[in-house]
Amino acid sequence: MNGNHDQGSRRQRRDLMKFAALNAGLLALPGGLREAMAQATVGPFPDGVKGDTAFVGVSVPLTGPFSAEGKDQQLGFELAFEHLNSGKWVGLIPELKAKGVLGKRIEFGVADTEAKPEPAIQAQTRFLRNNKAILMTGCYSSAVTVALGKLATREKVLYMAGPAGSDDVTGKDCQRFSFRSQPSTYMAAKALAPVLAEKLGKGRKVAYLVPDYTFGHTQFNAMVRFTESMGWTVATKQVCPIGTADYSTYLLNIANSGADVFVNCTVGNDCSLSVKQARTFGVLKNTALVVPTLQPFLAQQLGAEVTQGLWGAMDFWWTMGANNPIAKLFVDDFLAKHKYKPYWPAHIAYSQMQIWAAAVERARSFNPIEVIKQLESGKPMTTSLGEVYYRAGDHQLIRPVPVMRGKKPSEMKSPDDYYELVQTVPGKDAVPPLEETNCKMGDLA
Amino acid sequence: MPPTALILSQVFHGLVLGGMLALVGSGLTIILGTLGLVNFAHGALFTFAAYAGWIVYEQTGSYLVALVIGALLTCALGLAIERTLISRFYQRPHEDQILLTFGLGIVITEALRWQFGGVGKTMPVPELLSGALRVGPIIYPEYRLAVFGIAALALLGCYLLLYHSRLGLIVRAAIEDTVMVRMLGLRASRIRSMVFGLGVLAVGVAGVALGPIVSIYPDVGARFMVHSFVVVVIGGLGSFPGAILGGFVAGQIQTLTSIFDPAYSDLMLFLVMVIILAVRPRGLLGVEGRQ
Repeated sequence: MNGNHDQGSRRQRRDLMKFAALNAGLLALPGGLREAMAQATVGPFPDGVKGDTAFVGVSVPLTGPFSAEGKDQQLGFELAFEHLNSGKWVGLIPELKAKGVLGKRIEFGVADTEAKPEPAIQAQTRFLRNNKAILMTGCYSSAVTVALGKLATREKVLYMAGPAGSDDVTGKDCQRFSFRSQPSTYMAAKALAPVLAEKLGKGRKVAYLVPDYTFGHTQFNAMVRFTESMGWTVATKQVCPIGTADYSTYLLNIANSGADVFVNCTVGNDCSLSVKQARTFGVLKNTALVVPTLQPFLAQQLGAEVTQGLWGAMDFWWTMGANNPIAKLFVDDFLAKHKYKPYWPAHIAYSQMQIWAAAVERARSFNPIEVIKQLESGKPMTTSLGEVYYRAGDHQLIRPVPVMRGKKPSEMKSPDDYYELVQTVPGKDAVPPLEETNCKMGDLA
Repeated sequence: MPPTALILSQVFHGLVLGGMLALVGSGLTIILGTLGLVNFAHGALFTFAAYAGWIVYEQTGSYLVALVIGALLTCALGLAIERTLISRFYQRPHEDQILLTFGLGIVITEALRWQFGGVGKTMPVPELLSGALRVGPIIYPEYRLAVFGIAALALLGCYLLLYHSRLGLIVRAAIEDTVMVRMLGLRASRIRSMVFGLGVLAVGVAGVALGPIVSIYPDVGARFMVHSFVVVVIGGLGSFPGAILGGFVAGQIQTLTSIFDPAYSDLMLFLVMVIILAVRPRGLLGVEGRQ
């Protein structure tokens, strides 16, 4: 017994000495190398990039009320990966010198989220387990984005969120591994309010149609906040579920509210449907229409007869391609491939991949922690939106916010020339002060 | 206290909405009440009808032609499905029927998505009915009133056909005693097909008629299917007059709740359904056995 005990003690001492020697050796290594070895395994890194390829998990809503926006987004991702793998961004994005990212070809898989958190989590978990996805991306619902952001932090994988506007995404639900590029509802409302005051006047009574989830509520709060100083008051607030088939009961309340401005915060097909039905109830007859986060397919579905004179902010409109070579490449190639001008969900997908690829090249590694450090550095990146950067404190992209007006049919120069870019508000002027966001960013470790 | 104009508007709207819900639910209840089949493809058939009506309207520019042809095309699809698949499931348990029709619903919905994409299509309101009617303090879209009229006519037609015609008598006899009907020289399978076709025709009329009101996209029928089941359960499973009553009850519950807060209108609808099921498990006009 004693002999065995002594043997065991000697083995323990030997193991302890080996461990101490290893640590001493690690400490003696140069700083960068030491850090690299200490952080050798971070989520899917390095297993996910051991071969010649790196895999990106894309989850978008392909069914449900946001399916059109999800499909548009998917096409944007496909074009981004095609351009990345064929080297079309070389010369346009300074960090990219060859095809692919760090010499690796980018592969990807697409899954349907149904615009619900559970299927999105399941899909991305599958990509992480089966494909060792080095990046998660895609969305079209802030509720889904919040859920995927938490998954990203838990699994230590980078998440470049797709379209998601709720303030909570970079506010109380911010995540160290999640980054958002779309203007938040706060940014949209702040950019829009001065234009509304000038064009629609002060002291107006406003009827709000608000979808009952995080995006809708933060959009409502932001609009009320920035229009209060203009003397605008809330005549009625109608909260509706996502995917409502008939808005008539809400619209009757709005029609009887005495409002002279109708602010529609709904999203996707819900927005088109509620505006269409509002027209039949006579709501739009003497009432100005504002869609603070302008929905991509609204004008295409309803026509300029309905959308003329409406106000809203959005991520990107195809006419912005005229002054930016990356945006021009995006609009031209998308049009050639899919026979329609891209909408902003496709653009968010396309621009997010530009930023990610540049950040990986800057980091010289796919290691999510090193990439996050680059994204948080505040160093501007060249994109289809011009020079942009992420704010380290909440991971919101500081980017221009376009304010749009619906054109009259007689003003349109082509069949899809639905909107006029009225003003572009610089991101730093639209973004909320960091202390107001309630974002408590977690540690990287 | 809400303004009188708002209360009057919502009560009136409840009547019209009730008619629309009754029309959507009637197809479901005809099939359930006479064939005993739970049709979970109901929502998808509604969507198909809306697309069919939209396509015909795009081609012809005539709303009436779209209504007739769209509904008939939906009926034809229903008959094809019934002959090839559903007819083999009449004697099978309800679970099998639900699985089959649920699967068929997914196939129809995804086929429409594959063909037309996810962007909603817009079928315009006929020019003649594009205005809004003002009666005192109430402003109401003319087209919705027209849909109420279409619903009333369609429901009356179905009722007369099923309950006050020789054909209806044969249908009900075939359902109650298939062997006896066969002995009298009538083909029970053909009668079943006719009943299924009639149910789908009612869904078809609803889908095309509501096309100009809703946004036509692949998932539009899903929400109507939920409301159809609520209407049918409130009125009494399989009872045709029950579906009409259920529609009006559901319409009023939704609109009266909406005066205070529309967000609770669905909640109230389900709450009333639960209370009715607790007090009268067969629904308001439901009876034991098929009708």
